[in-house]
Amino acid sequence: MIPSSFEYHRPASVSEALQLLQQYGEEAKIMSGGHSLLPSLKLRLSEPGHLIDISRISDLSYIREEGGVIAIGACSTHNAIGKSALVQEKIPMISQAALAIGDVQVRNRGTLGGSIAHADPAADWPASILASEAEIVVAGANGTRNIAAGDFFTGIFMTALEENEIITEIRIPIPPANTHSAYLKFPQPASRFALVGCAVMITRSNGSVERARVAFTGVSPSAFRDNAVEEAITGQAVNADSIKAAADKAAEGVDIMSDHYASQDYRKHLAKVYAKRALMAASN
Amino acid sequence: MGIPINVKVNGKEYSQEVEPRQLLVDFLRETLRLTGTHVGCDTSGCGACTILVDGNAVKSCTLLAVQVDGAEVTTIEGLSKNGDHPLQEGFKEEHGLQCGYCTPGMIMAAADLLTNNPNPSEQEIRHALEGNICRCTGYHNIVKSIQYAADKMQGKEVSHG
Ligand SMILES: Cc1cc2nc3c(=O)[nH]c(=O)nc-3n(C[C@H](O)[C@H](O)[C@H](O)COP(=O)(O)OP(=O)(O)OC[C@H]3O[C@@H](n4cnc5c(N)ncnc54)[C@H](O)[C@@H]3O)c2cc1C
Ligand code: FES
Ligand code: FES
Repeated sequence: MIPSSFEYHRPASVSEALQLLQQYGEEAKIMSGGHSLLPSLKLRLSEPGHLIDISRISDLSYIREEGGVIAIGACSTHNAIGKSALVQEKIPMISQAALAIGDVQVRNRGTLGGSIAHADPAADWPASILASEAEIVVAGANGTRNIAAGDFFTGIFMTALEENEIITEIRIPIPPANTHSAYLKFPQPASRFALVGCAVMITRSNGSVERARVAFTGVSPSAFRDNAVEEAITGQAVNADSIKAAADKAAEGVDIMSDHYASQDYRKHLAKVYAKRALMAASN
Repeated sequence: MGIPINVKVNGKEYSQEVEPRQLLVDFLRETLRLTGTHVGCDTSGCGACTILVDGNAVKSCTLLAVQVDGAEVTTIEGLSKNGDHPLQEGFKEEHGLQCGYCTPGMIMAAADLLTNNPNPSEQEIRHALEGNICRCTGYHNIVKSIQYAADKMQGKEVSHG
């Protein structure tokens, strides 16, 4: 399968990329890792006249600590993030989510910025981006703005990105001490996308949960924070009973997807099971 | 409209004009006639087209040739001069192939693994091959072939067959 013809551009900077976007408008498409875009170009689901390859812009690929935040350049690959010692030490859930994606070949090319821009309802990243309360830094013709993760994912393949905006950075707050985190998924056996993925972050003091963040991907058309589970575990001592009681509240009252991989009932069941397992994993 | 790229493939420099939409695997197979890299699915699922770009395993059906401008590419043909890389020897000794269709991709994925993890466990080998599908062998001998290569590359004694 061969994509339709297009002109290829490789800007050296974000401002050059933004200019190209302005110039070509609807004809243009940004490419980062190309691991969602190229498959769709090959199927001709998308036929842009201009492809703007931002993957070589050197100041979009980095992972660094900046005063209480881990700042990740949008074009950092899943593998670079998953293997980063800084990420593994400070927020293990983020590393686990990165390494849960697809296979090693996909992780060597696909990028964090590309994945969240694409907003596949079964993508792994959105759960831990929500649970970590990350901020998404976006550049556009009128400068840059920061979007809270909670406002970013708006629907199936839909985000708060405006036309002609580029994600440049993802900023993940380093959680307080006594915080443990985990990301666990039930992979769709063929594609390895998440049928259900659950990200959990728990901060404890004096043995009980002071703060909990729980988010799901794969369950509903858009990834979401599950406040009912968070509230149920907050203030509790962490043990098998409190975890089970909290996990049983998972995915209540949300629009649950149903497809030929999994029915609504089965997805809801998996959500409870993975909430339990992720809470357990984050309690050690 | 062709655009110029410079790429080192198996140690040799190429300066070539490519059409932007040309897939890397087609550049390798059709332009450079390096047909050791196979196309199984053409949809990023099977791993038969796996090669190394700057040492990292990637699926060449899901890259454009223009994306390797300035990079170093290694295909199965470039792994060793005489087909005697420990991985190639391992697949022969441990019967790691039947029809052989998946083999170049398996070997290149394994090459990436052994660079990053010279002494992998069986579980780690199986995990590293998640992106590669074999319809013949049942994987068992592929895992043994890679264990053989890992042992050999670390100077350990290797048992045959
Ligand atoms: C075989 C296979 C298996 C996979 N398995 C999984 C899996 O298990 N879990 C999972 O989560 N994902 C999986 N993926 C998807 C993979 O993670 C992709 O890499 C990711 O979804 C997209 O990132 P990318 O960098 O490749 O983006 P691209 O394909 O380059 O771009 C995707 C979209 O985002 C836009 N875009 C890219 N970067 C930016 C930016 N910085 N700013 C604004 N817009 C941008 C593009 O215009 C395009 O519309 C799989 C992919 C393949 C091919
Ligand atoms: S041919 Fe590239 S993954 Fe199957
Ligand atoms: S040996 Fe036939 S597909 Fe693997």
